This record gives sequence, structure tokens and C-alpha cells, in this order.
Amino acid sequence: MRADPVKPRPPLDPSAATPWRRLDPRFYQIAVLSGLLIYGLGWLHFDITPDRAALLLSTALLTQYVCTKLWGLPKFDPKSALISGLSLCLLLRTNFPLLAIVAAVITISSKFVIRWNGKHIFNPTNFGLVFLMVVGAPVWVSPGQWGNVAYFGFLMACLGGLVVNRAARSDVTYAFLVSFAALQFGRAFLVMQRWPVPLHRLESGALLLFAFFMISDPKTTPNSRAGRILFACLVTAFAGFIQFGLYRTNGILWSLAILSMAVPLIDRLLPGVQYDWSRVRTNPQPQGVPDEASSGVRQPALDRPALG
Amino acid sequence: MKHLLVCASLLWTALLWADPASSFCGFYVARGDAKLFNHASKVVMVREGDRTVLTMANDYSGGPDEFAMVVPVPTILEKGQIHVGSREVLDHLDAYSAPRLVEYFDEDPCRAYAMEDRAAKVAPQALGMTDRSREEQARSPGVAIEARYTVGEYDIVILSAKESGGLQTWLLENGYTVPMGAHRVLASYIRQGMKFFVAKVNLGEQRRLGFSYLRPLQVAYDSPKFMLPLRLGMVNADGPQELFVFAITRNGRVETTNYRTVKLPEGMDIPEYVKDEFPGFYRSMFTRQVENENREAVFLEYAWNMSWCDPCAADPLTADELRGLGVFWLGSSGPQGFVPGGPQNTFITRLHVRYDARHFPEDLVFQQTADQTNFQARYVLRHPWKGDTSCERYAEYRRTVRERRSKEAETLASLTGWDLASIRRKMGGGWSEDNSPAWWERIWNN
Repeated sequence: MRADPVKPRPPLDPSAATPWRRLDPRFYQIAVLSGLLIYGLGWLHFDITPDRAALLLSTALLTQYVCTKLWGLPKFDPKSALISGLSLCLLLRTNFPLLAIVAAVITISSKFVIRWNGKHIFNPTNFGLVFLMVVGAPVWVSPGQWGNVAYFGFLMACLGGLVVNRAARSDVTYAFLVSFAALQFGRAFLVMQRWPVPLHRLESGALLLFAFFMISDPKTTPNSRAGRILFACLVTAFAGFIQFGLYRTNGILWSLAILSMAVPLIDRLLPGVQYDWSRVRTNPQPQGVPDEASSGVRQPALDRPALG
Repeated sequence: MKHLLVCASLLWTALLWADPASSFCGFYVARGDAKLFNHASKVVMVREGDRTVLTMANDYSGGPDEFAMVVPVPTILEKGQIHVGSREVLDHLDAYSAPRLVEYFDEDPCRAYAMEDRAAKVAPQALGMTDRSREEQARSPGVAIEARYTVGEYDIVILSAKESGGLQTWLLENGYTVPMGAHRVLASYIRQGMKFFVAKVNLGEQRRLGFSYLRPLQVAYDSPKFMLPLRLGMVNADGPQELFVFAITRNGRVETTNYRTVKLPEGMDIPEYVKDEFPGFYRSMFTRQVENENREAVFLEYAWNMSWCDPCAADPLTADELRGLGVFWLGSSGPQGFVPGGPQNTFITRLHVRYDARHFPEDLVFQQTADQTNFQARYVLRHPWKGDTSCERYAEYRRTVRERRSKEAETLASLTGWDLASIRRKMGGGWSEDNSPAWWERIWNN
């Protein structure tokens, strides 16, 4: 685990890194998400067709391309858009192709439009989903679609990501998983449920997807480690309130969307260094340009990304 | 191609799970030491916003004086929130949404004309019941009788309790046998703020009303909790239990959020002889699917807008019947009968779950989705042409039928786990032997 990210880290010599470490961590993420999508389509029979997945992915990429042009970014980088598109394929369900298009456009454009202090506020996929649910669009998210059969394979793939990417910002994932487990076991203890109940709630593919690929988004989490841990605990607490107080579904998605708005405040109270996909840039980043701007040389993957 | 369609809907539940006693999600508490089992139950959940109307049907067939039901409910119920429903309506809903068999008759391969349809009828389901009951005062600490009503043939007590010991004592003092292990489950529901709905049969009322069986109990309440308490039902369970949930909503399909909801395999061609063995087929197929999913899934058997069906296992329910089940948004001025194709803002989801404590540690939690895609568990029989066989095309037709039947046998074996050789034997019919020319005979037509 890396030192406190508040301290600026010295640039690493890319030549000293092994080839796999030089690879952008988003490639690993794309591979895992693609694998999950193929598994979901082929084995778990998700309520999504390959056509719909293609529609979501192509719309996400096209929106990324258009936004790249509109915001004058130097280079079109499809990685984040692909990650967001894949995440939508895994989560978003609707009967209407038009809504799928709208969801992809909102998801990708949100990171260009809704920004604060050089960071986008919401995890794009999270925002796209919650926005459509808030406005009452006929969409839904099926947290039960994963079942428990493939849980451990899923967990291994996620943990593999941590290892491969030497994830410094995985602290938010750890903090969330630990606090969420504490919440579930604490609640079970309080209402005298046996331990298989909280265990069953933790053995959820939806939870893993959220913990490893959504809440961990380095571009939308607080900059300091203390801030991220606080953030993860707050997301857990509010998700618990939604699940056990309001008895609503998808508490973690709602909670993340709401708590994301508190990130600027957390950053102000607990300042830290802003995350950058590429620590070593050959070109200075244009003013006001989103962090999507791609640079030529990348530092070895120090931080683990999340759903773009 | 014009074909005839015969829809044979079988009310298979009665045949498949013919065990004498069963319950809803609660457990039966018997007087004395009478041992009761619960195996299959049916629940209709009408849900819109935070409003829920539950209809609980049971096929209990023990002594009426030994019947009692304890169900955790989210709120204290007033008398007007409790009702006794019609078993016929529930049977109709069951029949309407039941897995179905359709059959097609091949055209004459020599002359294209259609055959005629036949339709099989829905077998009636029989539920037997009786009863008797009485009530005593609560003297147990921490237990409050919130209300006591007689509704139809039922005596109903609404209890709230602060601790499970008191509740258990109350049940024991009132002559119930509380199953071993119920204590902890009751305690958990108490901690979650649930109230308890205890129903017994009032024999006098039942005699006066003239019913020889127990009618479904209905309760209506406001609560954000969209769930079914299963765990009490598992306390005295003797093996896995079956639960059918008929969820009726305004907007779309219902699914479980804490378990996988899996669509049953459907639309397959299966051998003709299954027509006479459909209940057995369905039982084996369902069991195999349950095993395939590690016994951890809830199965979707039907999802359809109530205004129509295709093919219809039974007519859609009328507006009156739906209102009887608690579909409150239809209002009282709606159409009195079913209008084919007419607007009926009711979407039905039929879920089937086989559960036990090990694989279903949690109660079922549901969500309503916006999914209006129709789905039905439908299986197809295709009858070969058995008329005039004089033309040249008949040989080719016979070959395609043989291939089809071979595939049907494999499908059936794969769906049910039945032995392929025995399936082929049962199929018989003279279609199995291969009389077609060898592959090389067809090259040059020598």
C-alpha cells in the first residue's frame, strides 16, 4: 500500500517498471467487466441482449468522442467511456432502446458537465442510473441478477485487479467493504438474525461490482485517505438507512449518488492530492479540460481506477 | 402455415405436491402434539406504491380444530384491513398463469391444408379443509393483544410483543404447540418491529357460513416493506417447501432483490407422450432447474399483462375478480367482465420458489421493475401428419420428423434428467427406425 497520498509522490522512471505494470489499469478493468458481461449474457441470462449491449457501448463511445471534440481535448480516449458503457450493460435494464441511448449519453456527458474544482462530481454510471430512476423513467437495476454461484470467481477477479494495479486508492474499497460488513453483521446482531443472513447479503455480485468498480472511482472520491475512508463509511451508513430504514432497493447506488455531492466538502476539510490517471504528462493539460485528456507517457499504474 | 393450437393447461400443483398439509409463510401451530407439515402455499401480493394486499391460501387438510396460522405483518391491522377471499378466484389466477402445454398438428406434407384445433381443459384443483377454534386471554408478559376480530370463519388476534418469550408463552397458554426453534425466529421478527397475525378457525361461524374448506385470508396494509416472511414457515418444515407468489402490479414484472430470479426454460418442443405426463414432466423439470441453480433461485413462470393471454390457459381474470384480490386501483366503476384487448392496468408475475433454511437464509424481498415483457412457461407438442402418405414428399417429411423427434427426446432428457433410452422407448410410434436412404444413396440418385 502506498504512502499517504497527501504528499506528492515523485515521478517514477517508466523504464524501471515491468511491462504489465506499465499498462493502464483501465485495460484490466475493461477485461474484467467484459468477462462479467459475457458471463452474464451467456450463463446468467441477464435481461439484456447483445444488441442492446452494442447499442449502449457504441452510444457511450460516440458521446465520448463528441464531448472530446466539444471540450477540445487533445485526444479521444475510449477507455473510460468503454468502462462506463460496460457498467451500464451490467446494471441498466429497460424495455426501451431510446432510454438506453439517453442513459449512455447522460452517463458520459455527466463527467464533462458536472464538475467541481477540476473533478467530476459523480461516478458517471452511478449518475446515469440514479438520474433516470429519479425522473421516473422506466428503467430498473436488478441487484439479485448475479446470484451467489459465481461469487467467489467474481471476488477473485476483483481482488486480482487490486494486485495487478497495486491499488493505492483501494482504501476506499476496503473501507466500504469493512464498514458494510460491519453494518450487516451489526444489524443482524441487533435483530437477532443468524449469521447466514448478513453473510448472504455480503455474497452479492452487485455489492462487489459496486465496491470494486464504482465507489472506488479515483476521479470522484475524496483526495485524502482520511477523506476516502470517511466517505466510504458515510456511503455505508446512508445505504443502511435506505435499506433498513426506508426499505428501498439499490441503497448503495442512491447513497453513493447523494454522498458524492459531499465530496467537495470532504476535500475542503481533509485536503489531498487530486488523482490523475497519468502522473507524468508530456504535455501540459489545457485549462479547464477534463481529466480525460490523454498523455503520451504513463506512470506505472499506481492507483486503481473504477467505473469510468 | 395454418395450424391448430390446443392449449392444455394443467393445474399441476395439486398433482405434484399432493401432500396433505401446507401453509403460507407462517407456521402452523397445532393443538396437542399433532404434527403438521407445510409444503406448498400460494400467496397473491397486490402491490402499488406502499400499499400491499396479501391473499394467503393454504391447502391445509388436517383437523380444523388444529389449524392455526401465525404470520408476521408489518403493521397492526384494523378489522377493515382483514378480509376472507374467494378460493375460486385464486384458483382462476393459478390456472391463468399456470405453465402450459400447446400442441400443433403438422400439415399434410402432400397437401397444404390445416388441421383443426382442440383445446384441453384445466383440471380443477382440490383443496380440502376443516376446522374449529377458541380463544383465551393473554396473560403473558410483554404481549399485547392489539385487536381481536372474527372475520368470516376465522377468529383473528393481532399481537404485538416485546420479546419472543412472552409471545411463545402466550401461544402455549392458548393451547398451541410452538415448534422447536421458533423462539429465535419470533424474536428476530419482534426486533424488526413486526406484529403477529394469528388466525384460527371459528367452527361455529364456519358451520353457519356453510364452507367445508378454509377460504383464503386477505390483509391490506401500508408499508414500504415489500417482502414475504419465510422463516417462520421453515421452523416446522419437513424438507423443502414450495411457494407460489402471484404478484399483481400496475406497471411491470416483480423480481426478488436478494435472490436471483430465473426464467424457466420454455418454448421447447417435447415428445407427444408428455401430454399424458405433464405434471410429472413439470415436477422433474422444475426440480432439475432448482438443482441447476444450486437451490438458490426464485423462478419466473409467468409475466403478462392481465388484459390478454396467448395461448390462454384460462381466461384472464375479470375486473371483479381482480378487485376481489385487492387490485384497488381498478376502482369500483370499471368493467364488470373481461374485455379482450381492453386496457387492464394489471401486470401479473408468477414466481415459484422451493426453499429451505440452508439455501434461503433471508426472507424474500421484492421490487417492482418497469419490465413489461411477456413471459410464459410454455412447452410445445408437435403431432406428425398421420393421413395420406402416398406422395413423394412424404419420405422427406418422414425424415424431418424423425430428426425432430430425436431432438425432442434429447431436449426432454436434458430438461428433466430422465433417461434418454426410456424416453425413446416411450415415444415409440414407429418413427424411430431409420428407413431413409443412406447418405451416399442421395448423391447420384442411382
